[in-house]
Amino acid sequence: MDLAQFLVQALNGVQYGLLLFLVASGLTLIFGIMGIINLAHGAFYMIGAYLAYWLVGLTDNLFLAILLGIPIAVAVGLVIERLLIARLYDRDHLDQVLLTYGLILILNETQKILWGSDFHGVPVPEMLAGSVPLTENQAYPVYRLFISAVCLGVAAGMWLVIARTRLGMMIRAGASNREMTSALGINIGRVFAIVFALGVALAAFSGMIGAPVSSVYPGMGDRVLIISFVVVVIGGIGSVKGAFIGALLIGLADTFGRVLVPDFASMVIYALMALVLLWRPQGLFGRAP
Amino acid sequence: MTASPAPVLLHLIALALLAAFPWVGGEFYVDLALTLMILALFALSLDLLVGYTGLVSFGHAAFFGLAGYVLAMITPETEPVSLWAALAACLAASAAAALVIGWFSVRTSGIYFIMITLAFAQMLYYFLSESPAFGGSDGLFVNFRPVAAVGDWLLFDLDDPMVFYYFVLATLLAGYALLTTILRAPFGQVLQGIRINEGRTRALGFPTPRYKLVSFVIAGTLAGLAGFLEAVHTGYVSPGHLSWHESGIVLMVVILGGRGTLYGPVLGAFTFGLLRNGLQDVTEHWILFMGLFIVALVLFLPGGIAGLIRRAPKGGSQ
Repeated sequence: MDLAQFLVQALNGVQYGLLLFLVASGLTLIFGIMGIINLAHGAFYMIGAYLAYWLVGLTDNLFLAILLGIPIAVAVGLVIERLLIARLYDRDHLDQVLLTYGLILILNETQKILWGSDFHGVPVPEMLAGSVPLTENQAYPVYRLFISAVCLGVAAGMWLVIARTRLGMMIRAGASNREMTSALGINIGRVFAIVFALGVALAAFSGMIGAPVSSVYPGMGDRVLIISFVVVVIGGIGSVKGAFIGALLIGLADTFGRVLVPDFASMVIYALMALVLLWRPQGLFGRAP
Repeated sequence: MTASPAPVLLHLIALALLAAFPWVGGEFYVDLALTLMILALFALSLDLLVGYTGLVSFGHAAFFGLAGYVLAMITPETEPVSLWAALAACLAASAAAALVIGWFSVRTSGIYFIMITLAFAQMLYYFLSESPAFGGSDGLFVNFRPVAAVGDWLLFDLDDPMVFYYFVLATLLAGYALLTTILRAPFGQVLQGIRINEGRTRALGFPTPRYKLVSFVIAGTLAGLAGFLEAVHTGYVSPGHLSWHESGIVLMVVILGGRGTLYGPVLGAFTFGLLRNGLQDVTEHWILFMGLFIVALVLFLPGGIAGLIRRAPKGGSQ
């Protein structure tokens, strides 16, 4: 592997990792703050991708589609939170796993009813369709660089919100002690709803922005969900910083795994997870149980 | 687990119904009952973890599917394999996989345990579905059902549907009896102590990780037994048998029936199977209704069917 190839793979790995981070950060926030293990998180990623496919078909513009799509996804998320998830706060993990598993079945089948079982593609926006030449015969697509930049921007925005705003303060307080935060007069139910909506928005947004580089197909959320779990477990459940590091590790390991050991590519990330857990059972940035 | 006569009688009635069914039921329904007995055994094995040891495994299908793959791999293309050798190989493989996965997993608890068992099962899933040696995503055929022979003398013929039905029923019964025995033994009492309060159980001097690991291996081996029966039954095994949907379904069956009872998973398997079958007859979008059913189950019936049964004699609500 020469330097240019290495660079291409590294950029791919970072782009994949950053996209994963957006999904996984929602998952880890929802768990860390609400104590909810949300298996339906991948389904929101899928909904995002299908919304992008549907709305790009209507508007012919990915950016407009994202602007229109996010409120739809958030509305779906909020209805689900109020109707179902809110009843699970005091239940054990088993009930949460089961209910959100039922949700996956509902959302996956609804997708099939609405959009059918075919594979679809979403075109790359024209203004981002070019490539950046790396060497004489190696080029890198602009759209992938764009994804990385946007994901970094969203990550920075999230850090700002969580570390620097009043809402972020409530979220952090809720994560460290739910009852005490509530006793101090903060409407914890509303904080939960906001966090859930934020998580859904992040997942749906990754689905939308990622749609042009992956294809759009039924059950696409399942694989993303499982890989996000691996990211969250490696990073430490509830830690956004851990999700960031974990997502980059997984993105790079998966991308280079596909090049270096193609026969065992899908196993590389799970082996990485097992190694991390041997060393630190609570994940890289997780609080010891 | 009281030894009062009513439950014993109910168990005997259920057994008599299952035993008599092939004589009265149509071919299709006998086959369905057989499938559901296998599912019941699979769910029973998971209940040892979820209901008794307090370990929520979301990767239990790994052991179920692995046993089927082992059977497919050791069955030659031209002749059947010995039942005893096949059973030994399949159970050994499931037990070994459970030992390895369990060794990593029991160090964690709660949500970590859920996610780690899920991740390991996915690892095996991708390994089998991407490796051409195992038929890739198409899976493998089991060309012949194993023969149950001692020397040259054929003990019974699994190719005969009736014989196979009773073989599965006997295996389910054996699994049920084994779990009953385990749970009544001091070992089983420790497991239940771990579920109720692991710290206190450890303080009493029991090395709880080791107990959890043994429980995990027993459950994995029994799941392998169910997977073996499934592969013999359908003559086919695919990565789908190890998928997390399969793990989700069996978890759902345990909860539906009522975890922490042994009759619960069996009831759950039959309720789920009949419901699925009924929905499939009515609509092609049956998965949607199955999802709605699961959501309703969690919201309105947390104790499962067994919870209803336990509440009933006291006259209604909890």
